[in-house]
Amino acid sequence: MEPQTIIARRIARELSPGMLVNLGIGIPTLVAHRLPAGLHVFFQSENGLIGTGAPPEEGMAHPMLTDAAGRPVTALPGASTFDSAMSFGLIRGGHLDLTVLGGLQVDQMGRLANWMIPDKMVPGMGGAMDLVTGAKRVIVAMQHTAKGKAKIVKSCALPVTSVRAVDLVVTELAVIAFRDGCATLLETGPGITAAEVAAVTEAELVIPPHVPEMTL
Amino acid sequence: MRTVSLGQSVAMIPDGASLMIGGFMAVGTPERIIDEIVRQKKRDLTVIANDTAMSGKGIGKLVDAKLVRKLIASHIGLNPETQRQMTADELEVELVPQGTLVERIRAGGHGLGGILTPTGIGTLAAKGKQVIAVEGKDYLLETALRADFALVQAFLADYLGNLSYALTARNFNPVIAMAADTVIASADHIMPTGVLSPDQIVTPAPVVDYLVANS
Repeated sequence: MEPQTIIARRIARELSPGMLVNLGIGIPTLVAHRLPAGLHVFFQSENGLIGTGAPPEEGMAHPMLTDAAGRPVTALPGASTFDSAMSFGLIRGGHLDLTVLGGLQVDQMGRLANWMIPDKMVPGMGGAMDLVTGAKRVIVAMQHTAKGKAKIVKSCALPVTSVRAVDLVVTELAVIAFRDGCATLLETGPGITAAEVAAVTEAELVIPPHVPEMTL
Repeated sequence: MRTVSLGQSVAMIPDGASLMIGGFMAVGTPERIIDEIVRQKKRDLTVIANDTAMSGKGIGKLVDAKLVRKLIASHIGLNPETQRQMTADELEVELVPQGTLVERIRAGGHGLGGILTPTGIGTLAAKGKQVIAVEGKDYLLETALRADFALVQAFLADYLGNLSYALTARNFNPVIAMAADTVIASADHIMPTGVLSPDQIVTPAPVVDYLVANS
C-alpha cells in the first residue's frame, strides 16, 4: 500500500458523524476519499463553504464553486456558504472539530512547522496558523521522513505554524500522540516495529509496552 | 451611489492608491476592473487581498504588469511571479495569517482600532507586534486595515447598489466593502430595485459608492 493511502485510511478512522472537518492540500485531501460509506461529516473549505463535495464531472464545473486552492468542487445537499470573516470565525473560534494538515516538521512538544522554508519556499501562511491555533483537534498527515531525514524532530528548525501542540501525527510508519510535552507512539504502520519507528524518529519517543499495528 | 462606466471607475484611482480587492484565487475578483487598471496603467499600487491568484488570472494580472509596489496578503504560493518579484525586491510583501487579515479589514470597516488574536503567538507572525494578556491567555494586538478603494465583485446588484454574493465568490468581498474610503462594485447581474429581497442583501446600498455598469 502507498504511504499516502495508509495515512489517509488511518486518519479517516478519526472522523465521526456530524463533525466539521477542514482538510489541507496534499495528503489530507485524500482522507475525504477514504470515508466509510454512509458516514456524514461536514467538510469546510476556508474560502467560505461547508459541505464541500467531490470534484465535478468534466464540463460540470461552476466558476464560483471552488476549494481553497481554486479547484472546482461540488457542494453536497445541505451545504452553506459564507464570507471569510465567518469562515475564520468558525476556524479560530473553536467550531472546527478537526483539521488535518500536511507537515514539514513536528517537534517533541507537538509543535508543527508547515508553512515556510526560509530562503527557499515562502508561500505565505494562508489559513494554516489559524487552523492549528483554533481547531478542537489537529492531526498532521505526513510521510515519516523526507529524503531520508526524520521529520519528527527534537526541536523544529523550520518556522513553526503555532505554539499549540498538535494532537496526532499520522505517517505511513506510525501514529504518534503529543501530550504534556511527550511524543508517545500509539500505533505502528502495517508490518512495522516500534524499533523501526524509533530508528527514523529524531524526537524522543515514549514507547508503551504494547504498541499495536494500525487498523486501516 | 452613482452608476459609472468601467473606464470612469478606474479613472478615479490615482497612481499610488491602496486597493482592497475581493477574491480567493481569482474567484470573486472583479476581473474587468483589473483589466481596466492594467489598460489605464495605474502604477505603484498597494494591494490588500487574500492572494494574487496565478499569472494571467485575477490580481495576478496586476503583478504580471508590475503595477503593484506593496502587497498585503495571506498566501502567494500559487503565483511564482509574485514570489519572484518579492525575492528580487521588486515587490514589498507583508504576509498576514488569513484569519488575521480578514479581521484587520473587518476592524477597519467596523470602526475598531484593532483586534486581539491568538493566531501567530510564538511564530514569525508575531514579529514587531505587541502581545497582550487577557485572563491569562496571550494575544497579538493587530491593528485595523483600511484602504483608499475597495474593488468588490458581487453576484447581484440592484439599481440602488444593494449587493448579494454567490457561493465561494463571496469570500473577502463583503468585508472589504466596509473598509475603504471609496467602494467600487462590479456585479454579474444588475437587477431593478425591488428584485433583491431585504434578507438576501449582504452589502446595503449606502455602503457602495459606485456601481460599474455592464458594457
